[in-house]
Amino acid sequence: MPRLNGERRHRIAFTLDGKPVSGEAEPRLLLSDFLRHVIGETGTHVGCEQGICGACTVEIDGRPSRSCLTLAVQVEGAEIRTVAGLAAGPETLCVLQEAFRARHGLQCGFCTGGILVSLNALFRDKPEASEAEIREVLSGHLCRCTGYVSIMEAALAAQKRLSGKTHA
Amino acid sequence: MEAKKVEDKSPWLGRSIGRLEDKALLLGRGRFIDDLGAPPGTLEAAILRSPHAHARIDRIETARARALPGVTAVLTGKDIEALTAPLLGVLKAAAHSFPIAIDRVLYVGEPVAIALATDRYIAEDALDLIEVVYEALPPVIDPRAALLADAPLLHPGLASNLVSDRSFRYGDPESAFAQAAFRVAIDTRYPRNAATPIETYGVLADYDPGADAYDVLSNFQGPFSLHPVIAKALKVPGNRLRLRSPPDCGGSFGVKEGVFPYIVLIAAAARAAGRTVKWIEDRLEHLAASSCATGRLTHLEAAVTGEGRILALDWDQIEDVGATLRAPEPATLYRMHANMTGAYDIRHLKIRNRVVLTNKMPSGLNRGFGGPQVYFPLERLMQRIARKLGLDPLAVIRRNLIAKEAFPYRTATGGFLDSGDYQGAVAAALEEGGIEELYRRREEARAEGRLYGIGFAAVVEPSVSNMGYITTVLTAEERRRAGQKSGAQATATVAIDPLGALTVKVASVPQGQGHRTVLSQIVADIFGLEPEAVSVRADLDTAKDGWSIASGNYSSRFAPAVAGAAFLAASRLRARLQRIAASQLNVAADEIVFAEGRVSARGNPENALSFSRLAASPHWAPQSLPQGEESALSETVFWTPPQLAPPNDKDEINSSLCYGFIFDICALEVDRVTGELRIDRYVSMHDCGPLLHPAMVAGQVNGGFAHGLGAALFEEQVYDGEGNLLTGTFADYLIPTVKEVPAPMVLHRHTPSPLTPLGAKGVGEGNAMSTPVTIANAAADALGLDEVTLPLQPSTLAPRLYGPERRRKEKTLARGRDAVRE
Amino acid sequence: MKPPRFDYFAPQSSAEALAALAEEGGEAFILAGGQSLLPLLTMRLARPRLLIDIMRIEEWREIRLEGGAIRIGAGVRQAELESFPGLARHQPLLALALPFVGHPQTRSRGTVCGSIAFADPSAELPLALLALEGQVHLRSRQRARSLAAADFFTGTMASARAEDEVIEAVSFPVAGEGCGYAFREVTRRGGDFAIAAFAAFVDERSARLGVGGVADRPFLRFMPRPGTKDLDEALDAFAFDLEAREDLHASARYRRELVRRLGRLALEEAERCRA
Ligand SMILES: Cc1cc2nc3c(=O)[nH]c(=O)nc-3n(C[C@@H](O)[C@H](O)[C@H](O)COP(=O)(O)OP(=O)(O)OC[C@H]3O[C@@H](n4cnc5c(N)ncnc54)[C@H](O)[C@@H]3O)c2cc1C
Ligand code: FES
Ligand code: FES
Repeated sequence: MPRLNGERRHRIAFTLDGKPVSGEAEPRLLLSDFLRHVIGETGTHVGCEQGICGACTVEIDGRPSRSCLTLAVQVEGAEIRTVAGLAAGPETLCVLQEAFRARHGLQCGFCTGGILVSLNALFRDKPEASEAEIREVLSGHLCRCTGYVSIMEAALAAQKRLSGKTHA
Repeated sequence: MEAKKVEDKSPWLGRSIGRLEDKALLLGRGRFIDDLGAPPGTLEAAILRSPHAHARIDRIETARARALPGVTAVLTGKDIEALTAPLLGVLKAAAHSFPIAIDRVLYVGEPVAIALATDRYIAEDALDLIEVVYEALPPVIDPRAALLADAPLLHPGLASNLVSDRSFRYGDPESAFAQAAFRVAIDTRYPRNAATPIETYGVLADYDPGADAYDVLSNFQGPFSLHPVIAKALKVPGNRLRLRSPPDCGGSFGVKEGVFPYIVLIAAAARAAGRTVKWIEDRLEHLAASSCATGRLTHLEAAVTGEGRILALDWDQIEDVGATLRAPEPATLYRMHANMTGAYDIRHLKIRNRVVLTNKMPSGLNRGFGGPQVYFPLERLMQRIARKLGLDPLAVIRRNLIAKEAFPYRTATGGFLDSGDYQGAVAAALEEGGIEELYRRREEARAEGRLYGIGFAAVVEPSVSNMGYITTVLTAEERRRAGQKSGAQATATVAIDPLGALTVKVASVPQGQGHRTVLSQIVADIFGLEPEAVSVRADLDTAKDGWSIASGNYSSRFAPAVAGAAFLAASRLRARLQRIAASQLNVAADEIVFAEGRVSARGNPENALSFSRLAASPHWAPQSLPQGEESALSETVFWTPPQLAPPNDKDEINSSLCYGFIFDICALEVDRVTGELRIDRYVSMHDCGPLLHPAMVAGQVNGGFAHGLGAALFEEQVYDGEGNLLTGTFADYLIPTVKEVPAPMVLHRHTPSPLTPLGAKGVGEGNAMSTPVTIANAAADALGLDEVTLPLQPSTLAPRLYGPERRRKEKTLARGRDAVRE
Repeated sequence: MKPPRFDYFAPQSSAEALAALAEEGGEAFILAGGQSLLPLLTMRLARPRLLIDIMRIEEWREIRLEGGAIRIGAGVRQAELESFPGLARHQPLLALALPFVGHPQTRSRGTVCGSIAFADPSAELPLALLALEGQVHLRSRQRARSLAAADFFTGTMASARAEDEVIEAVSFPVAGEGCGYAFREVTRRGGDFAIAAFAAFVDERSARLGVGGVADRPFLRFMPRPGTKDLDEALDAFAFDLEAREDLHASARYRRELVRRLGRLALEEAERCRA
């Protein structure tokens, strides 16, 4: 890639939830803004733009990461997965999402997308994750509504259902 | 038990069904304000904010910013002032308040200029190019210092920073104090904290010069009593201000009331620019200049008998509202007025309430609104009384609780505690919460030299605010002149479409509280339908929906008031449909039953119609309605409880409609090495009447607990002596994560309120009131402390934990490798 | 909170990166994981003309065991080191310290060398590097040099790195026989930067204690062995010598107490691990 001029927009292409996407971005455009406002993938939320709240978490090349601390130009050619890519079908909740619904793991739902992305990766990479490990992953997310109780319950319920089964 | 009864009668209400809201949210398809498209040509706003706590603005140079490609306009206070009127307040002393600084800045973060550009990045570039010349003025940060005669004045138009000073007297406190065996006093400071929803403020505003009307989309949460304030500030009649809310809102906890000055600001900017303007607040802006709880200094004294019976209270409260008194402040100070005696039977009291301005972010609604500030001193005092008199703290609480037989109970200040069994709830909490085991653990821990403590708090949780309570800040005479205010209108509409499907609309504006689900349960029960069959709109459009000043989602009014209004509207519509069905099925109206999507004659299931057919018939064949029957297409109910009268001449006020009860127990251990607090068990007993949706109640309690725990241990908006905000990012304003929040043990009693249609009382704010002080009491017990300052940082406990520090022999540090290799 | 404008360059070779860095003078910033740099950019506290993204340079992406050390290239993310096979065996202290660095969602992008370069006084990895007496390998277009950790950190977010230098790699000595390690820290919340952090390292001959979060940079000192009577006095002296800072989250006094108390626990734990 040549040096990209900061005054101009440049074409960026990557894989988003399994499909190729592309769009134009200045070098300074945050991945979170690119996803939301260029691609229209608004399920990825923004709560702090400082890496702390976790609402913007997406998977980049298999690892949950802050999209607000990533430039769109950095993910050229990468594989990105967002909350929108977790569903079992176009309008069908996956096991993890279903568990959140059944256990009331969300209230306003603003923090939820990022949490689902993190847990999805955890249960895929480490199906037997301990409760402490789940907590560790969740501690990278702030939720102001639930007090986390139902989020933990939903996570454990999902893990139980997923164990033994294959997973996205 | 009442919850049981609800369940028996009704297939849906009282059950924790899956929420209708969740599927879209879980799929990432929510519709929050920043997810909704904006019209072509919309400009994005960025706001330049004051770096000074107090300064005169000498000059603002915007030419360079305006010349930047992509920038359409740069507006300053003068530009906004030309299009707007000051924001009206509860008191005249609200002063000349605009949503942007005109010639002086009064707090760090106050808006000074707005740049409008094609996108937010460029708008922020423009801010870099604005040059502001300030002349710094001395700031006043400490509320006591602000009261001093020589304190710098925030508003030159006012005689002092003290904008309200009222004294109240109920019963005969002087005699009670004279007679009492003991006088126990406490001084506390409640910190300014903020509920910081994860979604920030957002405003999308447009001005139509043809109609001289504004159209605003914002995640504003109400109260809609601020709609007239916004309209007046924008200098249009109320019917020229259309205020809409997005379908989803990412949390509020009161805080999104505080977006209203920004609505004025962005709407005026849209008018000035002749374009739609969008502003999404960022986190730095939110922490510096959205809104936060008031800080409160309290001196509280009790007249007490030797047995720990409290005869009288004497409150002296100083309320720190920040730089301007923004509507509805000083509401925080008065919301608890009816229950200033808490859960206790105390007949005599004195209250002095002072409101003071300081160079800090203005305060506003925040979960618990006034409750934490009152219960912190009150419940700390209960523990202090016990310590001073050598009594068991629990015994002191129980000795003073209002007896079950005394309900409904009229408090000394005019509150009408509708129902309760406080003694019963406490007994059950102790039993089910395992107090004996906790005592045993404390004993064992202490025997091993560990620091283990147990704390309690009993709290009355008010809900459904009386719109008149705020006027208690005025004298009776001033109130008469201003016009009496009262009530708490809740609005609901239930309508039928031509295919016979039901839609419910409420003026409520939820931020995650599952209103749509609960309303669908209520309405489904009434018409014998599935909740999924009912469509609920809880967002509000002031141009099209029924609403009133009390509309909105605050003071925990949903379950007691809004859900009740929907219940009444649906019941009325049902009665009409019954009459129509009666004429078609040839039976008496009261013989008509609704079940499983059908409408039939009682005892004769064959004689039936499908619900949708019956419900649709007024659309298709209005002529065939029975004689005298109006069309039954929709029913709107405006419901206000008669108990919410204005304050009377004795300043007695029933500030809320219903009053739940909470009793909390906290057992914790303080680590001797690090001073860290570890909660061993937290028990929270709630009596909020019947539970309409138990899982959502649990969610409210758990969420409120996390807020309370944050307030106890982490959260404060800290300013230094110069008024610089030290907690301006989420790296410094600390919110508890899953690692810090244990799961509380939540218990319930179910005493129904006789005053609300469904018997429900509010539950969303209680732990924000009870938890900070319960934790503080437990920590005080563990460490033998008299004074507890929130938030309880391990660092501040150091002197207590470690004793005095030995000074060392003088020696200086050699830096670098030598020190390492020493 | 949007970054100011900058150019962006993501070279595939170290030579290109070093050339670009040399040419721009102080106007170019290295972009590694971005977990510290991006917040500075969104708050507009940094205004570089060019960001040189080094994460596409294959030669810098490796973790190598060589000459008794684990050598970690500039492009190695913290999460990659965490899952490096046998890490806990090769260097237990690193394995102990890594989970304290932010959150899984920041370790997924943040690099080991980026943390060293940033030189936050509360950061765990600089402390671990210092405690183990590791090396920082610097390279510019003109020259390459290696510095001992103690010479690298010079103050709050300050280091001996020259403007045109990249940290090409850092190396941590591998664990020797009969060594014990412990890592302890106190934070306000899980995942926060440390109020005080302790890296203890005990072998047959000596005991060492590294302290982060207390002074303007991490410090390391030889200590009496746990169980010996001078330990208290040595810890007390260390506590004072560090000239503890005071901030919103903790007083200097509290930090000193942690040095005395948690420092001791860390040493004792390392001693136990040795056995
Ligand atoms: C929410 C959150 C919590 C965090 N908590 C912690 C914590 O508890 N402990 C902790 O230690 N850290 C913490 N961090 C910071 C940590 O995640 C960063 O990864 C680390 O400090 C920097 O690494 P990076 O690769 O992201 O560097 P970048 O952000 O890319 O760069 C940081 C700085 O170092 C320079 N730089 C980077 N790499 C090199 C190199 N190879 N040579 C020369 N210069 C270079 C850059 O120019 C920049 O100035 C936290 C971050 C976040 C967002
Ligand atoms: S928006 Fe990215 S972590 Fe908060
Ligand atoms: S559900 Fe609202 S912030 Fe988590």
